[in-house]
Amino acid sequence: MAVETQAVKRPIQFVAPVAGASGAFAGVFVGAANGSVLLGLLLGFGILATIAVVLLEVLDPGLEKTAKWVLFAAMAAAGFLLGGLPGLVVGGLFGWFFGWFIYWLGMGRYRVPLPPYLTAGQVLWHYGFRVICGSIFVFLITPILVVMPLSFNAQDFFTFTPEMLRFDPAGYSLKHYRDFFTSSEWQQALRNSLIIAPLATVLSVSFGTLAAIGLSGEHVPFRRAIMAILISPMIVPLIISAAGMYFFYSRIGLQGTLLGVVLAHAALGIPFVIITVTATLVGFDRSLTRAAANMGADPVTTFFRVQMPLILPGVISGGLFAFITSFDEVVVVIFVGSARQQTLPWQMFTGLREQISPTILAVATILVIISIALLTTVELLRRRSEKMRGLSPG
Amino acid sequence: MTDTTQETSGPMLAADGTPLKRSLAKALRAQKLRALALIAPLLLFVLITFIAPIADMLFRSVDDSQQGTVHGTMPLTAEALKDWDSSTGELPDNAVFDAVYTDIFVAAENKLHTRVGSRLNYERTGSSSLFRKTGRGLDDIGEVYQDQFEDLDPDWDEGTPWAELMGSPDWLTSMQGWEDGQPLPPFELRDGVADLLPRTAAIYRVFADFQIEEEEKSLLDEEPWSIVHTRLYEDLRDGDFSTYAGPRADMVKAADALVDTAEFETIALKDGFEAIDEDWLDIGLWQTIKAYSTSYTAGYFLNAVDMQKTPEGVALRDENQRIYGLLFKRTMFMSMVITFSCIMLAYPVAYLLANLPMRTANLLMILVLLPFWTSLLVRTSAWKVMLQQQGVINDVLVWIGIVGDDARLVMINNQLGTIIAMTHILLPFMILPMYSVMSTIPPYYVRAAKSLGATNWTSFWRVYFPQSVPGIGAGSILVFILAIGYYITPEIVGGNTGTFISNRIAYHISSSLNWGLAAALGSILLAAVLILYWAYDRIVGIDNVKLGG
Repeated sequence: MAVETQAVKRPIQFVAPVAGASGAFAGVFVGAANGSVLLGLLLGFGILATIAVVLLEVLDPGLEKTAKWVLFAAMAAAGFLLGGLPGLVVGGLFGWFFGWFIYWLGMGRYRVPLPPYLTAGQVLWHYGFRVICGSIFVFLITPILVVMPLSFNAQDFFTFTPEMLRFDPAGYSLKHYRDFFTSSEWQQALRNSLIIAPLATVLSVSFGTLAAIGLSGEHVPFRRAIMAILISPMIVPLIISAAGMYFFYSRIGLQGTLLGVVLAHAALGIPFVIITVTATLVGFDRSLTRAAANMGADPVTTFFRVQMPLILPGVISGGLFAFITSFDEVVVVIFVGSARQQTLPWQMFTGLREQISPTILAVATILVIISIALLTTVELLRRRSEKMRGLSPG
Repeated sequence: MTDTTQETSGPMLAADGTPLKRSLAKALRAQKLRALALIAPLLLFVLITFIAPIADMLFRSVDDSQQGTVHGTMPLTAEALKDWDSSTGELPDNAVFDAVYTDIFVAAENKLHTRVGSRLNYERTGSSSLFRKTGRGLDDIGEVYQDQFEDLDPDWDEGTPWAELMGSPDWLTSMQGWEDGQPLPPFELRDGVADLLPRTAAIYRVFADFQIEEEEKSLLDEEPWSIVHTRLYEDLRDGDFSTYAGPRADMVKAADALVDTAEFETIALKDGFEAIDEDWLDIGLWQTIKAYSTSYTAGYFLNAVDMQKTPEGVALRDENQRIYGLLFKRTMFMSMVITFSCIMLAYPVAYLLANLPMRTANLLMILVLLPFWTSLLVRTSAWKVMLQQQGVINDVLVWIGIVGDDARLVMINNQLGTIIAMTHILLPFMILPMYSVMSTIPPYYVRAAKSLGATNWTSFWRVYFPQSVPGIGAGSILVFILAIGYYITPEIVGGNTGTFISNRIAYHISSSLNWGLAAALGSILLAAVLILYWAYDRIVGIDNVKLGG
């Protein structure tokens, strides 16, 4: 049985100053927003240290839940007095956090998940490291999250208006979405994207799957060289592919045509299909095809009835990669396409360069939702394929 | 079984009686062929849609024989300049001026002279306007003769007399029967006229073909170009026409007589060119034209590394014209900064993900994969929204009072903006390879180190870190390759100082139309990427690229 670390109540001489310090940290921001940093710092320290003493020393430990609720309500009310509705939200969050933090710290609960022999420094590092990682995750995800509320902005601004911060319904509207769905330019771009991406995907998936099956054989001459050529569209910088395709496609009359864009996008999507399908084929049991052949199935039947169902998850996620590659691609389409092939990302790019309208943010939100859907699908497929190949339990 | 093999002692046989070895080889060959047959369609597809364009770009970076180059549009000049020694410091002789006269005149009629001008302008500033001016001014030379011939006989300025003089009778008949809408009969020279008026016939033939093929006009209605008159003068000056008895003999003889009189005004070609622009007497111009008159050139590559051809050989450009070296250096430097910041941010995250329980790690992984799957344009626009001066970050900083409203931070349209946005965009490409390496590092080495008395730091630095280096290497090369070729993000958040070499390539393709230079810059970038790709293949193996965990 593993050694369990017990939660041991910490001395108040340790808890009060730490809680005070966190309060001072928060106080700096509250103070700055209200005019005086120094006052905020001192008050924050004092208030939080006092609260810690009251909660841990004066109150009965059985009252923990009530105390947390009272703190939450009090902080929210204080926030409302200081800064209206946004203050209410921030205050409430502060109250919830400090209530949890003081008990977590004071009752020594932070020690529970850790081995009992760790020194104080190691414990500090353990949590400090998690805070660092947390802020990196915040860095990763914030830009995507910020776009969403901004797309409901009633003004043509790229930032939060005071009305939005006051949660005034007048500050929010769906007008950018309406713009998107009524503007002929955006609709044309959407249509183009929805034509080009599936066509390119079909091309790269059908060629790519066949080639991946060929490549997964045991005796393939020049395997490395062929692989290098097939993967190269992913490695060569897009601007170079775009330049080369622009020169070459204008020579053979494909520049500015839908076919040209589809072919170019199919070429860009192929590496993703090859990589995912060959990865799936690594776990494919070749004796199954031999068994099928043994029982009289011709190669085509074997492929569609035996091999295809088993590698389907890999093929689909390869296809999704190819789809998103084409759907997101902008550099090549700018050069290979003409105004009639303007796609969604191209329209966004033009909009961003010329700063026309925040409709871009509405489009961005829609695209984020699409990518969440695609991500979920790919993850589910990956798990399913791993389960089928017995690589992971779960 | 053993009995039979011992008895026959020959080669082992397959069921159908062929030796087993041969039968195996046959099966193997069939297998190889089947594999190749499956791969072939895709390989062909990629070769045509992707490899051929890249090859075309490489070719373009040295090709100087297209229309609009000296070799392609001024062939006579290119030929004539071969005999001129550019190092003597003497101007080329009259034959060269003669060739330039014809070339630019014809090019101007085809509206190609400005393209030659722009082509030479890449190497010598001022060429563009010089050629435009010359294209307009060359008529001044021919008109000296044209006016005098016209004064003598207005027929010299009419289409029909010229057509009768130069064209063959058959052609003339079908030309006279021509009606609007029909295809024009192709021009044929009259027998003997090429001997009688060699230069005139040559230039008239070019004029006739141009009228018929490009303009689709009847030669009977079109007066010839002024250069035809210049050539006529030269032929009349040199030839003897006393015995000529063909069409329009009177006209020709009268003109011959006029040319021989003392009053007949002439103009030397060199003087004519000088009158248009004194630059034509500048030896440097001729040196440039000669240097770029070959069909293949290293000029674009030299230009791409801030060098140029001079009579003394290859040399660096003037200080104020060197931009590509700076751009390449900046691209490298910024890509390195981005790669480094990605390492710094990705390492803790990958470590955490690799050491958390599976369920939590999978959940946190979503936070990494969501940006990875989100459209590049969405992330770039998000950073534009965040970073601009009236943007979210500045607003928050002002709201909590860290920055004054009048001292908002400038974080966009400079290098900082590009670095922040691209670090964010490329971070998942660093985290994923690092994670896949770190999750294979067994935890007991670190435990062993600690139980042997190593401190936390030592056990990390001497035991864990070396095992995670392959992940750092894989991620770094991937991020670096992606970073040096980036175009969209620097274009939107980079401003002037935060742009990469790719932005310059795009500029040369779509704005300045200097495709050769764009191709040369692209080729250099491609070479850099391919070296890195090769290194990546050696270190990681291209088959091991993982997508999304």
